[in-house]
Amino acid sequence: MSAPTVREKLAVLSDAAKYDASCASSGSAKKDSLKSGGIGSTEGMGICHSYAPDGRCISLLKILLTNFCIYDCSYCINRSSSNVRRARFSIDEVVKLTMDFYRRNYIEGLFLSSGVIRSPDETMAEMVEVARRLRLEEKFSGYIHLKTIPESSAELVEQAGLYADRLSINVELPTDEGVKRLAPEKKPETIRLSMANLRRKMEEKAEPTLRTKKRERFAPGGQSTQMIVGADKTSDDGILHTSARLYGSYHLRRVYYSAFSPIPDSSSSLPLQKPPLMREHRLYQADWLMRFYGFSQPEILAGSSDGMLDLAIDPKLAWALRNRGRFPVDINRADREALLRVPGLGTKVVAKILGTRRHHRLRLEDVGRICHSIAKVRPFIIAEGWSPGGLTDKTGLRDTIVQPCEQLSLF
Amino acid sequence: MQPAQFNLARYNVQLASQTDFVGWRDAARRLVLNEVGPEDIAWSVAAESDQADLPSVPEGAQLVVPRDFIEHAATAFCHSDPGRFAFLYRMLWRLRSEPKLLAIATDPDTRRLEAMEKAVRRDSHKMHAFVRFRKIGEGSDERYVAWFEPDHFIVERNADFFVRRFTGMRWTILTPYASADWDGERLAIGPGAAKGDAPAEDDTEALWLTYFENIFNPARLKVKAMQKEMPKKYWRNLPEASLIPDLIAGADEAARDMIARTPTTPAPHHAKVQAKHWPKREPAEAPDDDASTISELREAAKGCRRCPLWRDATQTVFGEGPDNARVVFVGEQPGDQEDLAGKPFVGPAGKVFDAILDDAGVDRQKVYVTNAVKHFKFEPRGKRRIHSKPNAGEVQACRWWIGKELELIKPDLAVALGATAALSLLGKAIAVTKMRGQVIEREDGLRVFITIHPSFILRIHEPAEKEAERERFLQDMKQVKRLMAA
Repeated sequence: MSAPTVREKLAVLSDAAKYDASCASSGSAKKDSLKSGGIGSTEGMGICHSYAPDGRCISLLKILLTNFCIYDCSYCINRSSSNVRRARFSIDEVVKLTMDFYRRNYIEGLFLSSGVIRSPDETMAEMVEVARRLRLEEKFSGYIHLKTIPESSAELVEQAGLYADRLSINVELPTDEGVKRLAPEKKPETIRLSMANLRRKMEEKAEPTLRTKKRERFAPGGQSTQMIVGADKTSDDGILHTSARLYGSYHLRRVYYSAFSPIPDSSSSLPLQKPPLMREHRLYQADWLMRFYGFSQPEILAGSSDGMLDLAIDPKLAWALRNRGRFPVDINRADREALLRVPGLGTKVVAKILGTRRHHRLRLEDVGRICHSIAKVRPFIIAEGWSPGGLTDKTGLRDTIVQPCEQLSLF
Repeated sequence: MQPAQFNLARYNVQLASQTDFVGWRDAARRLVLNEVGPEDIAWSVAAESDQADLPSVPEGAQLVVPRDFIEHAATAFCHSDPGRFAFLYRMLWRLRSEPKLLAIATDPDTRRLEAMEKAVRRDSHKMHAFVRFRKIGEGSDERYVAWFEPDHFIVERNADFFVRRFTGMRWTILTPYASADWDGERLAIGPGAAKGDAPAEDDTEALWLTYFENIFNPARLKVKAMQKEMPKKYWRNLPEASLIPDLIAGADEAARDMIARTPTTPAPHHAKVQAKHWPKREPAEAPDDDASTISELREAAKGCRRCPLWRDATQTVFGEGPDNARVVFVGEQPGDQEDLAGKPFVGPAGKVFDAILDDAGVDRQKVYVTNAVKHFKFEPRGKRRIHSKPNAGEVQACRWWIGKELELIKPDLAVALGATAALSLLGKAIAVTKMRGQVIEREDGLRVFITIHPSFILRIHEPAEKEAERERFLQDMKQVKRLMAA
């Protein structure tokens, strides 16, 4: 058998990486190549260089160093019992591919993950070496995201943080029981500890050093994680509880939700069905409510019968329908917190309302001009010349809003 | 109805190019300061621009506009709408009497300005994303050339982005109306070009297409979501877009195939990997009551499931100190920092505690410190964790560990820091503020000294009160030292 070409390896090792949802290249420190004369920049906002027909953004070259793996996690295409084709990139090949793609403006940078071969430290050391070569030998200032292997040594993680913009460790499943059942070799305790250590390291490096008074660069894009949704029976409430815990405990920048996708040569312990994409979407919306809309995790689903997000309507509207006593909200008087809770008003629209009402009172038409769907907003607000009257408490309210929304839906 | 106008405007302003913002700004300043209304100006672009007949700025006249208007206008100026010159002048005209206009998001002109800016920003963002360089030449002749078709006049505006990003290579971006060229040192904006002026191929594209094809997950087909972000108008200049129709057409079958394919027998190497790396599964949870040393006990506590608090915490935070310590300090529960570090009393309250012990002459190295509850109980609030008080059931569940710790260490004295610790050590709730400074002897003979938790000092804001409370706690610790000696 002849050795596989780079193109063949790329096919195997990008196919193997596609189940990781994260592709963000935003939120890192600003840097460019003006001084170094090298290649690459990150300017805060990430750039999606292409989109695959699955609607996902392609921002980074997302590949595995190898898909050989000693773990046997049943949800993973690369588990040791799988008959998937295996391949392994050399460090040189990954560095060259990254630079060749970046120079042609195909990508923002590299997202490198790997199956674990031989030992966690050996695998992690190779990934760190890729990042080191890119930064020091290629003078590369683009984005680098390294997946951290939980069991690897603290020194390697420290080096990884020196070169990477973001580090991540996947919690994989929302509960420890789920991890133990589907990924028997993984230890949820170790995953938590790794995240805790990363947070401590980031906080330590954020302090100016005594001697130079400078802050050392350490993963300026923070850490993130991914949870697979729908591979076990955890409810949305349980998933969001885990997210809230992770955000609070380890200061994650993002928790990614990945609808469990059937994989070729799947394990029999998993549901074989189409991935629950709408559920994934609703979880992201609920996640946004916690991060940008002032919702605490328990209140998002408080009062729901089964702890599951409503698939037909967004979580804020569902919450408002369950908490109608808090409405209507007066658009001309309510504070920012109350406005953010109105269905159909996003953070930008709320900022516009607050800016405009300092100069004149807003009528319903005014709100209609700056928000996307006044049908959704109308029952929940009071504006100049408008009061929803009995509309807020109308029994069939949900249906009158759902229908127009369904037509607008992308899915 | 207005009569048809043929150059009836009093002033014809000719700008040097579609992106001649400087020219527009100069003309607009001169006109607005001479009270020339928007209806009296006709704007156009001409190769031989001439603004000689515009009125000059009257002596001492000053134009005051909100600072951010210039920025907004410069962005909107790149829009391809031919009416933008007149529109921006009208905004300027209105701003003199309505200085807050830009803050009124519901005003039609403000909304139009915002929409134009948004279109320009989006087009710029898509240019950053969708420019595709092709390499020509090798070695010192190596250059990267791209053909791009923007909707608006954004080449000049975006050239710096490409300079910052591709400083170390020589590149040229060609568009129908302008081109940008970077030779490694200098940026030059030149005339427009045609698609045929750019190279037709690049060997690396085959790899890029391979990547595009394989990173796509056919089980998640969402064509509309893709097209929303990558509209078809861009496809003709994106090499990967040629794959899209076939990927979509084959997706359903590929996805069904993934689901239908039954699991096969494990790969041949699997058994070997299992035998080598995972020789035996974790032993069943070691029974935790046969620990005969503190370190064995600490090991056993790692997997504690006696109450549900382990679920949200990072780890068990066990006691720390010599196993022959004469005094054991018992706190309430680990906090945020302790939970991360796995050690008791390392957070803010721990630092206060350490400092006061030091002042009292108690050597922390010689005492054992632990907590009534060994997992951190909290409520997440954004990026913070708000401490919650452990309930009686949780304290009760964890008394098992405290009991074992005391049994193995056999100290002369235990110090209850706060009510939770007192509850744990005495088995009943007591009023700490009333009992503070007292020593209670337990049935088993252990003396328990009662005081507050050092975090109480941290919560006082008034400096004098804080200092007084610190002093009281210091006296308590001095008494502990005397009791230790006794």
